[in-house]
Amino acid sequence: MKIFVCVKQVPAVEKIKIDPKTNCLIRKGIPSMINPMDKNAIELAVQLKETHNAETIGLTMGPPQAEEVLRQALAMGIDEAYLLTDSKFAGADTLATSYTLSLAIKKILKQKKVEEDYLIICGNQAIDGETGQTGPELAEELGIPQITYVENFQLQGKKAIIERSFISEEVVVIETKLPLLLSVVRDLNDPKYPTMAGIVNAYHKEITHWNATDLSADKKKIGLPGSRIIVWNLFSPERKGELTLLEGTPEKISKELCDYLQKDKVL
Amino acid sequence: MDFQLSDMHKMVRRTTREFAEEYIAPVAAESDQKSRLDPEVMEEMKRMKFFGASIPQEYGGAGLDTLGFVIATEEIGRIDASWSITFAVPASVCSYPIYLFGTEEQKRKFLPALSSGEKLGAFVLTEANAGSDAQSVQLSATKDGDEYILNGSKIFATNGGIAKTLLAVTTTGTVGRRKELTMFIVDTDTPGYSVGVREKKLGVRASNTSELVFQDVRVPEENILGKRGDGFKLTLAILDYGRILMAAQIVGLGQACLEKSVKYANERVQFGRPIGSFQGIQYKIADMATEIEASRLLTYKAAHLCDIGQDYGLIGSMAKLYASEATMRAAHQAVQIHGAYGLTKSYDVERYFRDAKMAEIYEGTSEIQRMVIGSSMLRKYQ
Repeated sequence: MKIFVCVKQVPAVEKIKIDPKTNCLIRKGIPSMINPMDKNAIELAVQLKETHNAETIGLTMGPPQAEEVLRQALAMGIDEAYLLTDSKFAGADTLATSYTLSLAIKKILKQKKVEEDYLIICGNQAIDGETGQTGPELAEELGIPQITYVENFQLQGKKAIIERSFISEEVVVIETKLPLLLSVVRDLNDPKYPTMAGIVNAYHKEITHWNATDLSADKKKIGLPGSRIIVWNLFSPERKGELTLLEGTPEKISKELCDYLQKDKVL
Repeated sequence: MDFQLSDMHKMVRRTTREFAEEYIAPVAAESDQKSRLDPEVMEEMKRMKFFGASIPQEYGGAGLDTLGFVIATEEIGRIDASWSITFAVPASVCSYPIYLFGTEEQKRKFLPALSSGEKLGAFVLTEANAGSDAQSVQLSATKDGDEYILNGSKIFATNGGIAKTLLAVTTTGTVGRRKELTMFIVDTDTPGYSVGVREKKLGVRASNTSELVFQDVRVPEENILGKRGDGFKLTLAILDYGRILMAAQIVGLGQACLEKSVKYANERVQFGRPIGSFQGIQYKIADMATEIEASRLLTYKAAHLCDIGQDYGLIGSMAKLYASEATMRAAHQAVQIHGAYGLTKSYDVERYFRDAKMAEIYEGTSEIQRMVIGSSMLRKYQ
C-alpha cells in the first residue's frame, strides 16, 4: 500500500501581515512552520506504515523553502518526499493547487505501478487560508472517494472504517475501501516529536523537485491562470464589539442565534 | 567562516526546545523539590534517542554530530539542568567512549541498550580521595584468571543510583612510582555491586548522584576498555569530550537566566514603569546576554573542532570554565533582578541559582580548568 500525505508550509505567526499592493501574505522575514493538522496526517501515515507495511510519500507545493516541511515529514518517519515548485505555480488557489498535486500523485502512482491500493491523507484545513478545500478537490481531480473531518481511522484488510463527528455530537461511522482520500482533524491522534535519529536521516534523503514541465501540466490550470478565486482584499479583522458564546445542543444554539438575529432586526 | 547553523541543526534545536517546553518545563520545579526524575519525561527522552545522541545509528544511536548533540543538550539545559546532565553525561562520557575506544564486540554488546536508554550509563571516577586528582584512584581491580575482582567505592556518581552500565576507573597496581589505572565496563547486575548513599544536593537535585560500593565484583577481562594501564589516558580523553557537553548544558542554563530576567524586567513595574526601562537593570541584562553568547561561541567552536577531527581539549576547557562562571554571574543577577521574588520557589531563577553553582564544580572545577588552560599556555608560548 502507498500512503500519500499532503502537507503545507504556513506562517508561524498569530497575526498575518498583508502586502496592500498585491493582497498577498508577506512571507519575508516571517518564520514558517508545518500546518498543525498536517502533523496529524503524518502521524496517521507513520502508524499505518508500521502496522500495514505501507510506503509513505510526502508532497507539498510551494517555493523552494517549503522543502523544510518535507524534511519535517521525513524526520517524523515519512519515507520519501516530493516538492512541486515552479514560479508558474505561484498564486494558485485551492483548485489550481489540487490539480497540481493530482498530477504529481498520478505520476508517482504510474511510476510505482499502483492502481488502487493507495490512501491520501491531508490535514483538514490549513491555519492560513482555513478553506478546507484542497483535500476534497484533490479527491475530485483523482476521481476517488473522500471523507473529511476524520477523527478516527482503522484499516482492516481492504476495509477502511472511519469515524467523524460534525456539528452534532453524534458520531458517524463510515465503512469503505481504498483508494480513498481522508482529511483529518487534530482529535485524530497526538503527533509524536521526531527522534534525533529521524532528524539526522531526514537530511540524508533526497527530495525530488518537480516543476510544471515535469508534471506535463496544462498551463491554464496552474498558478494564477488556473485559479478561480481572485483576491480583492485581504485583512486581519479587528476584534470589536461584545462576544457572546452560545452553548448547548445545535438545536438550542440555532434557536438562540435566531432570537439574537431577530432582536437585531437582521432577520 | 560560517556562523550559520545548518537546517538540520536548526531542526534539532526546534524539536528539542518544543519537547522540553511541553514535557519538562511543567514538571521541572516539582522534580527539583522532590529530587526525582519524571518517568514520562524519561520515556519520551528514550524514544527520541537523546541517550544515544552522538552514537552512530548502526549501534542504535541517533547519529548526531557533536554540534547537534551540543544543541540538544543546550536546549534541555535551558529548561532543566538536571535532565540535561541525566542524558548528556552518560551519552558523552559512558557510551561515546565505548564507541571511540571499545572493541567491535563491546560496541555491539553495550551500545544498543545504552543508546535506547534501556540501560542508563555512568562514568565513575571520583572517590573520597580522588577526583580532580584522577591518578589517586583507589578502587582496586585484581586479576584472577580471566576475570578481575573490583573492591572499593566511588562517590558523587552522576546517575549512580539508576545506572545499569558503568565505566569505572580502577587501579590495577603500580608501574614504577605511578599507579596503573585501568578502565572497566561494569554491569551493575554483577554480584557484590551495590548503591550506597544518595546525595542530597544544593542544585541539580532531580539528577541522581550516589555512592557506589564494590565488594568482590567480578568483571571479565574482556570488559577492559582499551588496554590494561590505559585508564589515565582514557580518563583525560573522556573528560575532554564530556566538557563540551557540560559547557552546552551550562549555556542553556545561562540562556534561561537571561530570558527569565528579561521577561520579569518587562513585567515588573516600580516607580510607574517597567524596571527594564532602568539603565541599572539594562546593564545587568546586557552583561548576561554578552557573556552567554561568548560562552555559546566557545562551546560551538569546541564541538566544531571535534567534528572536523581537530584537537578540541583546550577550547573545550575554556568553554566549560567561561560558561560556568558566566552562568553563575547570570544566575546571580537573575535573582537580583527578581528581588525578593527571586528568593522564592515561585520563580524558576531560585532553582537556576542553585543549579548554576553546581556547574562551577562538577566535571572539572573552575580551578582544574584553569590548570589545564594555564599549563597549555605555558607550553605553547614558552
